[in-house]
Amino acid sequence: MDGQIVIETQELTKVYGEQVAVDHLNLKINQGEVFGFLGPNGAGKTTTLLMLLGLSEPTSGKAWVCGFDPTREPLKVKRVVGYLPENVGFYDDMNAVQNLKYVSQLNAIPDEIAAPKMEDLLKMVDLYGEPKKKVGDYSRGMRQRLGIAEVLLKDPQVVFLDEPTLGLDPDGSNQMLELIQSLSRDKKITVFFCSHLLEQVQKISHRVGIMIKGSLVAVGRIEDLGKAKLGVGQEKYTLEEIYMKYFKEGQL
Amino acid sequence: MKGLLSVYRKELQDHFSSTRFILLFTLILMVSLITAFMVGTGIRDELQAVAKPTFVFLMLFSSPGKFFSLISFIAFFGPLMGIVLGFDSINRERSARTLSKLVSQPIYRDSIINGKFLAGSITIAIMLLAIILLISGLGLRLIGIIPGPEEIGRLAIYFLISLFYISLWLGISILFSVIFRSMATSALAAIACWIFFSFFVAYGASLAADAISPVDQRATTSNPELLVQHEQTRRVLSLLSPMTLYSEATTTILDPLRKTTQSLLLMGPLERLSISRFQSPLPLGESVYIVFPHLISLLAITVLCFAISYVFFMRQEVRST
Repeated sequence: MDGQIVIETQELTKVYGEQVAVDHLNLKINQGEVFGFLGPNGAGKTTTLLMLLGLSEPTSGKAWVCGFDPTREPLKVKRVVGYLPENVGFYDDMNAVQNLKYVSQLNAIPDEIAAPKMEDLLKMVDLYGEPKKKVGDYSRGMRQRLGIAEVLLKDPQVVFLDEPTLGLDPDGSNQMLELIQSLSRDKKITVFFCSHLLEQVQKISHRVGIMIKGSLVAVGRIEDLGKAKLGVGQEKYTLEEIYMKYFKEGQL
Repeated sequence: MKGLLSVYRKELQDHFSSTRFILLFTLILMVSLITAFMVGTGIRDELQAVAKPTFVFLMLFSSPGKFFSLISFIAFFGPLMGIVLGFDSINRERSARTLSKLVSQPIYRDSIINGKFLAGSITIAIMLLAIILLISGLGLRLIGIIPGPEEIGRLAIYFLISLFYISLWLGISILFSVIFRSMATSALAAIACWIFFSFFVAYGASLAADAISPVDQRATTSNPELLVQHEQTRRVLSLLSPMTLYSEATTTILDPLRKTTQSLLLMGPLERLSISRFQSPLPLGESVYIVFPHLISLLAITVLCFAISYVFFMRQEVRST
């Protein structure tokens, strides 16, 4: 991939009371990369995202996103980073355009720039057809796609997606995956996404990181991880095998 | 600053299109019109009498009429306006999961609270202004007396104090909406606060005054100082309640014949009568001088609410799940 590093963490740690949610995380992610972040529920994936976004303060350690420290300069980070939370919320009594417009205002994008952009984005995520429909009436897939449009509105350099395909039908999740791939391919946006759906992660990620109980147990390309963990010789390594192996080791 | 304005614009739009705003506005409008009508006809009868009172126009707002005056109505129900506009401002966003989106935009977190507060207080200001103008209009027709410049000035100050007072309750309810995750809990907490201050503080103040500086019949005949002391203790304690602050400030402003905010406790009925007949009204400047501390106290409580909201909200971790 391109050389430039856009996300870097050094010994990033978050402790809630007695529990260590993220344990000395060291991570480097390059520009334009699709990075899949795996791990069982409660492994600290979302906490890591929140720290990278400056929404949660790390207990110790450092992080940089696009050269900014999210703890010290959260606004600068938020200006270049888009975040699609798990179960994204919208103002249900407004339509798609009104929702997008609010976000564009919050990002201080002038209306004359925002208006054509919103149109393009809505066309891209296939929601342009029904401008009057309230977001409250949207299906889950439509909400998720609107979420992507909202994230892209500010022309981010990095997007964080938390479980972007959870609860979508096969067709919907395929569309979503294609969309994610096109971000990296066509717009050179770095995509950092969390997921449990290993097949999907395998399909689109350049590299993956596996997090178990707060520590990053593996990071790298799927083939490399497979070779290291399962031995050389297999024709194809599935992420599932690799993941399960790490997961079982983590349980011990 | 841009972020604050965007939040403000959206919230204002939400307020004006919400059902509860329409309901509240209709209710308050109806009650104030009825009061104004009754008070207005009452004043008209009084104007037939020989001794004409001064500042007739202000009596539209301050005279109790058959039930209650507009100022006591606002003193009592104003808090409810503030609470209704603010009790779910933050936790609604939290439960709709829009809060995590909002805080991940490049705006300061305090501008979310500030924008919501600003939108709420502008809404309150519009409501109040509409009510005051409507009553004035109706009053003009009913009593046929045009308000002088001083009366207009006093009304403007009354408007300002009421705005501060209701905004204070907006601030309190926003604070609760930050602290409590459930909208029902924050609404109940705010209403509990309202009931506490409107009923129990006045009662509690006289209880506490009894305890701090007790009076009995025999002691007061020999030493009237005791009675004064008791009354002062009670007054200072009851000033802790924003309701007392507000009622005292507004009666001073709208009823210039009352020289002080002290109740005329130590005067006999004849003295009181002669004073109210022959004294001259308090000039506007001095009324303002009297209510200034009240205004500052109301502001101080609002600022305190904000400070606590900031502390809570800045430290809260916003998760989408």
